[in-house]
Amino acid sequence: METTTISPIPPPVAAHPLAAVRRYFGRWGLIAALAALPIYYGISDLTRGYQAGYVAGHVVMHHDLSKLGFNFAVGLSNGAIWALIAIGYTLVYGIIELINFAHGDVFMIGSFTAVGLWGTLGLGLTTGALGLIGGLIVTLIITMLVTGSLNVLIERVAYRPLRGAPKLAALITAVGFSFILQNVGLLWRGGSPQSVNDLIRTQQAVFTIGGVPIQRGYILAFAVMIPLVFALTWFINTTRAGRAMRATAQDPEAARLMGINVNATISLTFLLGGMLAGAAGLVYALYETNVWYFQGFKAGLIAFTAAVMGGIGNVRGAVLGGLIIGVIQALSDSRLGPQWTEAVVFGYLIAIMVLRPRGLLGEETREAG
Amino acid sequence: MSELRALLREWRAAAGKRLPPWSSRALAGFFIVIGIVLPFGFGSASGFMNATIIALAYAVMSLGLNIVVGFAGLLDLGYVAFYALGAYSLGWFGSGFFFKAQVHVLVSKVASTLPGVHLNFILILIAAALICAAAGAVIGLPTLRLRGDYIAIVTLAFGEIIGDVAVNGQSVHVGGGMTLTAGNLGISAVDAPYFPGIGSFGLLDLRPWYWLIFAILLVVLFVNLRLRDSRLGRAWVALREDEVAAVSMGIPLVKTKLLAYAIGAAFGGMSGAFFGTYYTEVNAGQFQFGFSIFILAMVIIGGLGSIWGAVVGGMVLGYINNYLIPDVLNTLPSKLGFNFQLTEVEFGIFGFLLVIMMVLRPQGLIPERRRRLELTAEIAPADAQLAEAPGTPGGAA
Repeated sequence: METTTISPIPPPVAAHPLAAVRRYFGRWGLIAALAALPIYYGISDLTRGYQAGYVAGHVVMHHDLSKLGFNFAVGLSNGAIWALIAIGYTLVYGIIELINFAHGDVFMIGSFTAVGLWGTLGLGLTTGALGLIGGLIVTLIITMLVTGSLNVLIERVAYRPLRGAPKLAALITAVGFSFILQNVGLLWRGGSPQSVNDLIRTQQAVFTIGGVPIQRGYILAFAVMIPLVFALTWFINTTRAGRAMRATAQDPEAARLMGINVNATISLTFLLGGMLAGAAGLVYALYETNVWYFQGFKAGLIAFTAAVMGGIGNVRGAVLGGLIIGVIQALSDSRLGPQWTEAVVFGYLIAIMVLRPRGLLGEETREAG
Repeated sequence: MSELRALLREWRAAAGKRLPPWSSRALAGFFIVIGIVLPFGFGSASGFMNATIIALAYAVMSLGLNIVVGFAGLLDLGYVAFYALGAYSLGWFGSGFFFKAQVHVLVSKVASTLPGVHLNFILILIAAALICAAAGAVIGLPTLRLRGDYIAIVTLAFGEIIGDVAVNGQSVHVGGGMTLTAGNLGISAVDAPYFPGIGSFGLLDLRPWYWLIFAILLVVLFVNLRLRDSRLGRAWVALREDEVAAVSMGIPLVKTKLLAYAIGAAFGGMSGAFFGTYYTEVNAGQFQFGFSIFILAMVIIGGLGSIWGAVVGGMVLGYINNYLIPDVLNTLPSKLGFNFQLTEVEFGIFGFLLVIMMVLRPQGLIPERRRRLELTAEIAPADAQLAEAPGTPGGAA
């Protein structure tokens, strides 16, 4: 259970003649597995067609790609939400190599906070456009501050005291905090999903591309995700604090020797991750128009899968992984039935672990092989 | 506090020297006798009896998970999968669920007239152990190349997939109009255990159930103790402590890890089968992620890698979950003016216990000796001696 057990592939395996084949197969096998679903359904839609409704009691079959396009639109916009959460996982994992299990529940608290703030600010279905936009921006900022501080607090209480302990210990407290936050949510808004006001009329189509109506919700998801991701990458790449984060991720000991305040840097990382989770929570509440105490658990696992798929520790990878997972989910929802979606996503997670544990864009990190 | 602890250690070391060598066996025999006569002290269908039976079954599961997490150091967050598979083994082989089949082996007169597969409970236990061992090895395979927390995620995903299959199994047809599981409706009317000469167990008298699970616990406990001191047990600990060093010392990585998964899973399956017949229903709603964490909490609270810790952790959390929270403290929040019941937030309570335990006492209630040495700065001289003496079986604290 010392950190040493968490070593990469033991030497005998790495020296195996099949290792090179496996490495090659890993990346392309994963890409093939990812491309399989859309290609299969695309061909199936074109050749066999799909039911597009009933006219005078007869099934109307269509032979085009607009259903697939619709799946992609839903999937990508959902994926934008997962991407925001996945970045939080990836940042935290990159810097202290901990799977922050409570992160999904921070996202849930973000949703709840946002919904609560709408009530406080008096945002309703009758609010005018200007007031709505202003109110939502205020809500977004406050929600991000709340979840960011919550994440910092969790790190301070549950992870920092265990910095020197075996890694398992921190992982277990993370799971423990996840349960605590879930129960906070349960007491806050009850045990069943609660619908919230559809403030932005999320299903209203704004324009149509190739027969696929682009709804307001899709635009909202990207309108929040893209600026935040750009701001984050700018922060990490150019500011002094961002440089400290990268240095700490590379080697905490060396960073400390260079005069970087490692504890403050880690807190900052949790703050950024929590803020993005809060933004995702607000978008989720607007997009899905319901909130549930259990939403964070599922979303957390999905987002973690996304982070692993993209290559954990890599922000671009998390965004890519989030979008891919979103599409897989949407395809599974509409073709296999929503009850199987979770199993499909987890099946992909296991496949990634077998084929290419470091993900699509992942580099060799401190310990990952 | 530390003075008191030092005093206790001294006293224990002194007692260890003074007592004759058969004392531990006598103590074990004494506890077994206490365990056997215990049910006569309580009502045959009392709530306490019920809680005790469930606590013992939890202890069996906790012992199983302790092999995977405690001995081999492979964090398994999907242990509920083996609970599910064990329970479904009972549902499949001990009820009329597969109504087209007609298989009866050593079952009561009533059951032998019913359609379906009806096996004797002991046979079902064996089947559950075998099925879960196979499933444990299967889930072990993709984790072999992975590191600690990635293993946690793969096992978690596996547990969730099994849970989903259990819920959606209603729509999976296995032929003849029969489905794989009964989903959230549950497989009901499962057989009660039947033994020739004793008869079928009823729910009005809980004592036979108690003795059955007590016997299972003793068997599992014995296997655990023997495993810990075996070559395999030492290999597990070596892998946990340093994988690279262990492999270069000639420990077969694949075989050792897979055996840990398989054996740990088998015990979970046995306990699951018992739960299936005890609850008289196998319902997909029972197999939630929270249960994996619940079992993990038992192992952690007892002390990772410590056999007696796993038993105590399982019993303690079992009593808290099934007696203290629902029967004793449930109305506490409303007395304090809050508008909820304690049973609603039980997983939050376990989460809180996990955090507190990890921050304040990471070694658990009854720590394994080796782990205590790692985690506590002040090492008592008696412990240090024990750690150096290679012949002493470690961890029998």
